[in-house]
Order: sequence, then structure tokens, then C-alpha cells
Amino acid sequence: MAEPEQAPTSGHQELPQEQRERGPAPDAETVIEIKKLVTHYGERQILFNVDLNVRQGEIVVIMGGSGSGKSTLLNTLLGLLRPTSGTVEILGQDLHHITDIDRTHLRQKLGVAFQGGALFGSMSVLDNIILPLREHTKLDIHTMRIMARLKMQVVNLAGFEDLMPSELSGGMIKRAAFARAIVMDPRILFCDEPSAGLDPIVASTIDDLILNLRDAMGMSIVVVTHELESAFRIADRICVLDKGKLIFDGTVEEVKKSDNERIQNLLNRRTETENLDPDEYLRRLTAAHD
Amino acid sequence: MAEAEGQAETKSGFESLVEKGRRFLESLGEGTMRAVSEVGFGAWLLIRVVFFIFLGPSRAQPVRIPATFERAMEVGIKALPIVTLMSITVGMMLAIQGIYSLRIFGAEDQVTIGVAFSVSREFAPLITGVIVAGRTGSSLAARIGTMRISQELDALEVMGIEPVRFLVAPALIAMVVMVPLLALWADVVMLLGAGIYIWAELGLTMGAYVHQLRDLLRPEDVMHGFWKSILFGILITLVGVINGAGVTGGAEGVGRMTTRSVVLAISAIIVTDMIFGFITTR
Repeated sequence: MAEPEQAPTSGHQELPQEQRERGPAPDAETVIEIKKLVTHYGERQILFNVDLNVRQGEIVVIMGGSGSGKSTLLNTLLGLLRPTSGTVEILGQDLHHITDIDRTHLRQKLGVAFQGGALFGSMSVLDNIILPLREHTKLDIHTMRIMARLKMQVVNLAGFEDLMPSELSGGMIKRAAFARAIVMDPRILFCDEPSAGLDPIVASTIDDLILNLRDAMGMSIVVVTHELESAFRIADRICVLDKGKLIFDGTVEEVKKSDNERIQNLLNRRTETENLDPDEYLRRLTAAHD
Repeated sequence: MAEAEGQAETKSGFESLVEKGRRFLESLGEGTMRAVSEVGFGAWLLIRVVFFIFLGPSRAQPVRIPATFERAMEVGIKALPIVTLMSITVGMMLAIQGIYSLRIFGAEDQVTIGVAFSVSREFAPLITGVIVAGRTGSSLAARIGTMRISQELDALEVMGIEPVRFLVAPALIAMVVMVPLLALWADVVMLLGAGIYIWAELGLTMGAYVHQLRDLLRPEDVMHGFWKSILFGILITLVGVINGAGVTGGAEGVGRMTTRSVVLAISAIIVTDMIFGFITTR
């Protein structure tokens, strides 16, 4: 399936990168507050006392290498994983210590675009996007279809309503997932690896989409990615996770200037072993396995 | 020297035996823990479904009626051809075996007694349960397993759509309604199949055969199979969902858990059948 041509997404005139004002208003409300978050998978500790805040209208990019705990942090933020200790407050509610019904209501104010789209294979694109409206509102089907089509225009997918997810390309699946994630006009949008596996042009349209969603709708957006170019383009703030610890929280300019060796490894795409002393490297290779 | 070596060898043989024993106990313990945890999960699912059926509407979380009808079509109506074919075959088979066994005593004209009770109390619900387990139970496990590995279950949850209400409740309601109805249909078709063979073999007319059935069968014989089928429907759904939700490791994992689901569902049906029969005939 060919990618549709890029079109203005929401009528919003995007400013050049250098002119675009980064960051939320100084007095913006905190919408996510993570305090001393510790998470385990069985015996293995994944997150170590992570503290993080996200403000209204802010795009926060969480970066880190494989196994750094990015996905675990996202799953804990979404309530899919229960932390061992610490709290996650979303829109003033402690996500893991509220009733199921309250959590269900809270989740209606959140949108999530999963890495693989997570579209329902048995439903058409339009039905996928309508689903949250159908489940949480009493709107008539005609109104729901109009709302879903509006969101499909926002993500530049108009005309593809009746296709099944299996008939879409990778970029279209990501955009359909975005349309479903924003159909309820959420206050916070979570994106898991939005540009992973996409060619640079499609990846760039996804970045534009994220910026437009923030600028046009005032959403707070949390993006988990390891795509440097994309992160630098969209982030108001970058948080770097390393081995489950938050080792950096700052602006794009600050992260570029950081003298932390592990951050520089990440930015320069260097593996840890490339910096090792040859003797140490040999010792690790030949170490007895018990 | 040789003695010391012999001792070392004996010790190592003993240690290996201990190690094997330890591994056996460990795997036994793991299996038991897994079984207990799955039974607990099944009970939790059942309670959640009952919760959503009765309290869901008042909490803006109703069970989806169109999805329930869709499932019912899948479980019941679409299974009619295979249930009919198998039932008529099993009915004839029972008549063949019944006449063969009773001929030893020269009592083949009594075959209707055996056929009537074995069909209504045993074979109709059992064959229906096995067919539904193989057909719908496996597809339920595969569907939920695929949704799990493609993060569709996570997507439902983060959209504030409770997966038990959305997926499990319609499937369970459809099973509880359609499996007993299918079993009743299987009763009719099996008895018809047996009647056709008895007419062909012994010359007993269909009218006389039906008259014999009416004299022999009491409502409780038919209801015995009916209640059992409801239990089978619940078991097939829960086993399918538990195995689907437990899928790990991609497409291979889906295949593995789907097979496990069918084997466990059929085993659960047979064991439950025996226990139900034992209790209700005391």
C-alpha cells in the first residue's frame, strides 16, 4: 500500500525549527509526577528510584539504550505494570492506588500510540478509531464517524477508512494508531517508539504530527524512543535512562553539551565495550560462567 | 587408589540421583503452582464476568450485546453442520455397537434402551463439548493469544476498556447459551441416526422407535445432559482464555498454547463429565 502524499495536517502553520518556541508555559500545571519509582520483573530490579515530572503542553522524550528500562517505565506509567514502590500521579490521581473504575475513567483522558500500532486486526481502520468513542460516549454512530474521520484527516489518512490493518503500510499503521489515540482528545499522549522502523521521510511526518498535536491541541506528550534525530527535533525535554536509573533530565541543548560518558556513548552510538580497556574487555570475555 | 576412585564414582552417581530428584520435585512444584494459579485466574475471570453482567450497566461498563450475538453465531449456528454430521454418525455407531452386543443375549430389540440413555445423558453433551472445544475453544485461545502478543490487550486496557468485559464476557455468555442448545440438537440428531440404523437393521418403524423413546426418557435424563453442557461451555471458555492470556514468545507461543488449550479443555470436559455423572447418579 502506497503512502498517501504529505498534506497539511491540522491547518496549523508549523514554524521553522529554530523559531519554534520550545517548552511549556512557565506556570504550566504538572500532569505527570513520578516519585521514587522502583520496578522489578520477578527478582530483577529494572527501575531504580526514578523521579520525573511532565507539565501541560510539554513534549518529554525518554531515551536510553536497549535494556535501559524505557519500556518498563512506559508500562508503569500506563498502569500495565505495578511498581514495587514509589508513586505515579497522573492528572492528580495516584494511578496505582485508585479503584479500577477510577483508573478506567482516568485512562479515558490518556492516549497511547503503541510501537506496533496494536490495531485490532478484526476491525477496519475506521472501526478501530471509533472504538474508544463507542465504548465511552453515548454519541450516535454518525457523529462518531465524523469525529473519527476528522482525526484521520489530522494524521493524513483520509480515504483509508475501510481498509483492514493488514492492508496498511508501517507508517500508515502508526498514523492510524495515533488517530485512535487522539480520538477522545486526551490530555496526555504516550508514544512508544513512534519512528522506529520507518524510512526517514515517513519518520519525519510522524515527528511533525507529534509537534502539531502538541501545538494545536495543547497535549502533553511522552515519547519513548532511541531515534536521536527524532528526539532532538521534537523534545522540549530529554530524559536519559541508563540501567534503570535516570541519569539526565534537561533540554536538547543541555543533553548535547553533557559531559557524561554514558550519555555521549548514547549520542554517538558507541557501545560500552568500545570504551573498555583491552585487558578489561579480554577479562570479561574469558570470565568463568557460573 | 582404585577404592577411592570407586567411592568418588558412587558419590557422583548418588549426587546425580539427588540432583534428578531435586529437579523432579522442582518441576512438580512449578506445575502445581501453575495449575493452582490458573484455577485461581479462572475463578477470577468467572467472578468478573458475573460482575459485568449484573453491575456493568450501572457503572457504564455494559457487556456488548452485538458482540455476544456475534460470538453466539460463531459458537452455535456455524457449528451446526459439523455437530449434525458427527451426531448422526455417533448415533448410528451406538446403534451398531448396541445391536452387536445385545445380539449375544438375543436381546437386540432392547437396543433403544441403551441408545436413549447413553445419547441423552452422555454422548450428546460429550460429543458437542469436544467439537466446541476443538473448534471454538482453540480459536478463542488463538485470538486472545494473538491479541496479547500484538499488544491489543494492552491497548484495550489503556483505552479504559476492560478486556474481561470486552472479550471474555461475550464469549462466555455465548458458550453458556449455545453449547446446551447444540447438545439438545445433538440429542435429536443422534437419536435420529440411531433410529435410522435400527429401522434398517431390525425393521423397527420410526413411529414405534419414537414411541419407545417417549416411554423410556424422562425430562431429567435430557436435563442431565443440558446442565452438563452448561458446565462444558464455561470450562471451554475459561481454558481458552487462560491459555490465550498466557501466550509468550510470538507465533510459536500462540500455536503451543492453542494446542494446550484444546487438550486441557477436552481433558477437563471428560473429567467433569465423570464427576458430574458420579454425583448425579448417587
